[in-house]
Amino acid sequence: MPVKKSIVGLGHRTVNTVWRLGFAARFFALTLMYSGTSFRRFGLTIREMFFSGVLSLIIIVVAGMFVGMVLGFQGYETLKRYGSESALGSLVALSLVRELGPVLAALLFASRAGSAMTAEIGLMKATEQIDAMELMAVNPIARVIAPRFWSGVISMPLLSCIFSFMGVFGGYVVGVVAIGVDEGSFWSQMQSAVDFQHDIMNGLIKSFVFGVAVTVISLFEGFDAPPTAEGVSGATTRTVVESSLAILMLDFILTAFMFRGD
Amino acid sequence: MSSQTLVELRDVNFAYDSRPILKGINMDFPKGKLVAIMGLSGCGKTTILRHIGGVLKPTKGHVKVDGQIIHELDRQGLYDLRRKMGMLFQFGALFTDMSVYDNVAFQMREHTDLPEEVIRDMVMMKLRAVGLYGTQNLMPAELSGGMARRVALARTIALDPMLIMYDEPFAGLDPISLTVVGNLIRRLNDALGATSIIVTHDVQESLKIVDYVYFVSNGAIIAEGTADDIIASDEAFVRQFVHGQMDGPIPFHFAGGDYKQGLNLQAG
Repeated sequence: MPVKKSIVGLGHRTVNTVWRLGFAARFFALTLMYSGTSFRRFGLTIREMFFSGVLSLIIIVVAGMFVGMVLGFQGYETLKRYGSESALGSLVALSLVRELGPVLAALLFASRAGSAMTAEIGLMKATEQIDAMELMAVNPIARVIAPRFWSGVISMPLLSCIFSFMGVFGGYVVGVVAIGVDEGSFWSQMQSAVDFQHDIMNGLIKSFVFGVAVTVISLFEGFDAPPTAEGVSGATTRTVVESSLAILMLDFILTAFMFRGD
Repeated sequence: MSSQTLVELRDVNFAYDSRPILKGINMDFPKGKLVAIMGLSGCGKTTILRHIGGVLKPTKGHVKVDGQIIHELDRQGLYDLRRKMGMLFQFGALFTDMSVYDNVAFQMREHTDLPEEVIRDMVMMKLRAVGLYGTQNLMPAELSGGMARRVALARTIALDPMLIMYDEPFAGLDPISLTVVGNLIRRLNDALGATSIIVTHDVQESLKIVDYVYFVSNGAIIAEGTADDIIASDEAFVRQFVHGQMDGPIPFHFAGGDYKQGLNLQAG
């Protein structure tokens, strides 16, 4: 009965997904509940910020620069048709600050730092380090998970800012230095088009939300991974896939609320 | 529970889903003694240890440690009790992102307000006790299996626990490390005045050092006594286990059905 079998299989997968969502929500609540240690002993969070944030800097800087340079070329090509090359600065800045900075920085963060977090937590579980901590009367959520969570949440908006900054610089190099757009209009158009509240703050809110989503997914997948090589590798893959989809879905929802064309 | 008993298990039953793992276990671990729980892999030995550590709850019966029923404690009560316990995991479970020094100092930093100079002296003393003074700056990846086990032992005794649990402490060790770890377990138990529980299937090494042995098979105790009682036991399973015989109550062949039929041969 292949039809019956596939219906049963679908049912199992649905129930399993709902269970996992419940576990993830409980895990997130526990992480927030036991976050005191992350702030009382802020050194623990700073240490994790080094691993998730500082070590992601290179990829963020390089990617931001290239994205900005591509925007410079493409933007100039399009704007030239309407004789508005001088608006290149505002096009580059708005694209980066509102969308590309938060989204691409979060996608890069998920694949660089998120996957590393999942693998690390998964291996700690497989080698009984989490159990050992629990039996030493040290809460692993407070000691291992919460500092990593806050490190991701704090790092993400900073990385997003750096991405946008480098992107603007890349756009400047291509637009002004290479193509020859007027430098004064490049910066003045950018200055008048970008609004702090509407553009920069909304971009920062987006990257904060992405930071929460990516770190919760990464940490939960690691904590929930079966303690085997296959289990950890599967969890790492799921982290990247789920984080990427979550970022794009959340971006749509946030954009719909923030930039409705009013 | 007598005042001389630190850990008591009474009619402990446990099942994963509907699969029974422990069936009516009764055990006593007197203060200051070194007691072994022996049996085949998968017989429920580690599950017993996890009940004593409060990681698992019995489906029936209770585990009492230092007069307190473990599964009735709240999280804080359980953590307070665990501070008086130490557990050595099968492969050490050292924190791989920390040096040997930080591993041994971990509980001192987490549970005490001692100044770093005092912690430093205590770490050196613990490392010296396991014969590894001088390794404090190494990372766990730089240690051999035997050394890692001894560092883990130093971490286990960091706060001088009243109860030390060992989960397969002899697994995968060379003969010299085996003797070293065995002697350390006995010496530390006596020096700290602690009570120790060893879960193991290493008969030769553990019978040399333990005061009492429980034999577990299929989730139930099938024999118990001193090392001499166990060696002289007439129980078929104990004899097969202690002397490492290939066949006996535990058959060599897995119950895999008719072999000839599996090869598509005619019976007879």
